[in-house]
Amino acid sequence: MKRTNLSIGKLFLLTALVMLLLGLIFGVLSTISYLVPDFLKDTLGFTTLRPLHVSSAVFWIILGATGCVYCCLQFYTDKELSNFADLTQWVLWIIALAGIFNSYFTKSFGGREYWEFNPIWALPITIAWIIFLVNFVKISKKIKDWPVYIWMWLTGIIFFLFTFIENYLWIFSYFREHFVTDMTIQWKVNGSLVGSWNQILYGTAFFLMDKFENNKHVGRSKLAFGMFFLGLFNLMFNWGHHIYTLPTEQYIRYVGYIVSMTEWIFFVRILYTWKQTVSDVQKHYHYFPYRFIIAADIWVFINMGQAILMSIPAINLYTHGTHITVSHAMGTTIGINSMIIFAACFEFFDFKRETSKIVTNLSTLSFWFLQFSLLIFWLSLIMAGIKKSIWQMSENQSSYSKMMVSLTPYFTTFFVAGLGLLISFTILAIVLIKTYWKNRFIIHLK
Amino acid sequence: MKPIHLFFSLCFLFLIYTLSIYLTPLTVAKMSTIDSEKAVSGRIVWQKYNCQSCHQLYGLGGYLGPDLTNVVSNPKKGERMIKQILKYGVKQMPCYNMPNDDYKCLIEFLKSVDASGLADPRKYTISKTGMINQK
Repeated sequence: MKRTNLSIGKLFLLTALVMLLLGLIFGVLSTISYLVPDFLKDTLGFTTLRPLHVSSAVFWIILGATGCVYCCLQFYTDKELSNFADLTQWVLWIIALAGIFNSYFTKSFGGREYWEFNPIWALPITIAWIIFLVNFVKISKKIKDWPVYIWMWLTGIIFFLFTFIENYLWIFSYFREHFVTDMTIQWKVNGSLVGSWNQILYGTAFFLMDKFENNKHVGRSKLAFGMFFLGLFNLMFNWGHHIYTLPTEQYIRYVGYIVSMTEWIFFVRILYTWKQTVSDVQKHYHYFPYRFIIAADIWVFINMGQAILMSIPAINLYTHGTHITVSHAMGTTIGINSMIIFAACFEFFDFKRETSKIVTNLSTLSFWFLQFSLLIFWLSLIMAGIKKSIWQMSENQSSYSKMMVSLTPYFTTFFVAGLGLLISFTILAIVLIKTYWKNRFIIHLK
Repeated sequence: MKPIHLFFSLCFLFLIYTLSIYLTPLTVAKMSTIDSEKAVSGRIVWQKYNCQSCHQLYGLGGYLGPDLTNVVSNPKKGERMIKQILKYGVKQMPCYNMPNDDYKCLIEFLKSVDASGLADPRKYTISKTGMINQK
């Protein structure tokens, strides 16, 4: 009897792809609100569309990261992973997603920015994450001499759980009684949560690089461990750069500033290894997962340069509260996180270039269209941000409404580029789902 | 130093740092900057109506509407304008038929935010280290 290969990892990746498509549709609808103020105003409105978009995008990354870890572990341990606990974890996520979408459509808000749903739905997510941690520890404790990516996954999972719980401290009035502390904790959480899923996804990128090169050198080098600890250090302490203008304790702002500047080390390292990367690109040019990893690498370079500049308070004063911050958030989630998850999907769903020339050409075209759309998307947000920044600093400010109207050309470009992202991501997601279906009887082990 | 030792050392520092932030309300309590009960409830009202989707406080939040940190003390805006906009809506903002209690709590919350400082980037100076400070 043939068994399907619906391992828990692939189940999470498939669910993540559905969230990505929903996130893109809600994103495009949200952008229309910028151009047509009355769009769905009395039904969904921007207050519903934005959380629908943001939560779907965040869940695409979190579920994708979970799927990546399970798929990588299955390959690494050479054992098929799928048990009752894994399935319970997935079911809890489905319950949470159903509750969260219902919460948004019925306008039953109550949470904080990015997590605006009724806080009750954080409970199944927390339990699902605890199951994930237990599962991960059970599997990984059998592995001797951990490579760096196992460390990265473990720290990502632990810190996500810690900060996700911390995200709900506002439920206790003690934390709400002092507005500035409350905001400080809120942005400590937001910064560290992003750092947590970055740890998981960068770990996946390290794993894939090891797999492509068919060796275990990348994940065990001293440099890799050095980069891991530097990343962890930043996850823990660099979030203060989000709140330079908030009148919080001075030491928090300085810690954020100083720690953020250590990211120059990452930046210089990328420049230093650039030549090697270019030769590797030539070597693996036609290999889809590798192509996505290299795309992520280039977007890391662009976004890290932007992040370091924005972490300097004197520059942050001009960029804070403008669309330049949005460009950074979008650039990292789409350019880095999404590219790594797509690399993992193409690898673990067993996409073979030889299978169909048409599908391969279509995927290549979509890949390049995606990169081009993202670049335009990112640039249009930066341009809108620069214009808003000039308005913010001018002594004779026009009204906010007039300033927003003056940004219409950038928002139109942003909308068109967003459509480009929707089309290219949809084609790639359909290719992956079809590939999965075709290869559903293959068990993916070493 | 082995990776495990470095890992636990960093975790220890992180927990101390986190704890120092959690304990801040106890130290500021002595300076009587604790928000009123209505203002504390107003923060929940802010979330209940998802104001953060469009509006910012200290530049943090959505980008569709204006920053509301100092809206209450702004002579051109103030409480009266907030009431009008909530009642009739404007552009993308729908009208909110907010119960009076929710409205009062929201206003108290915005007053406490306003009293905490200034969000206008023009009101900051840049020090030699590159850090910014309110004028």
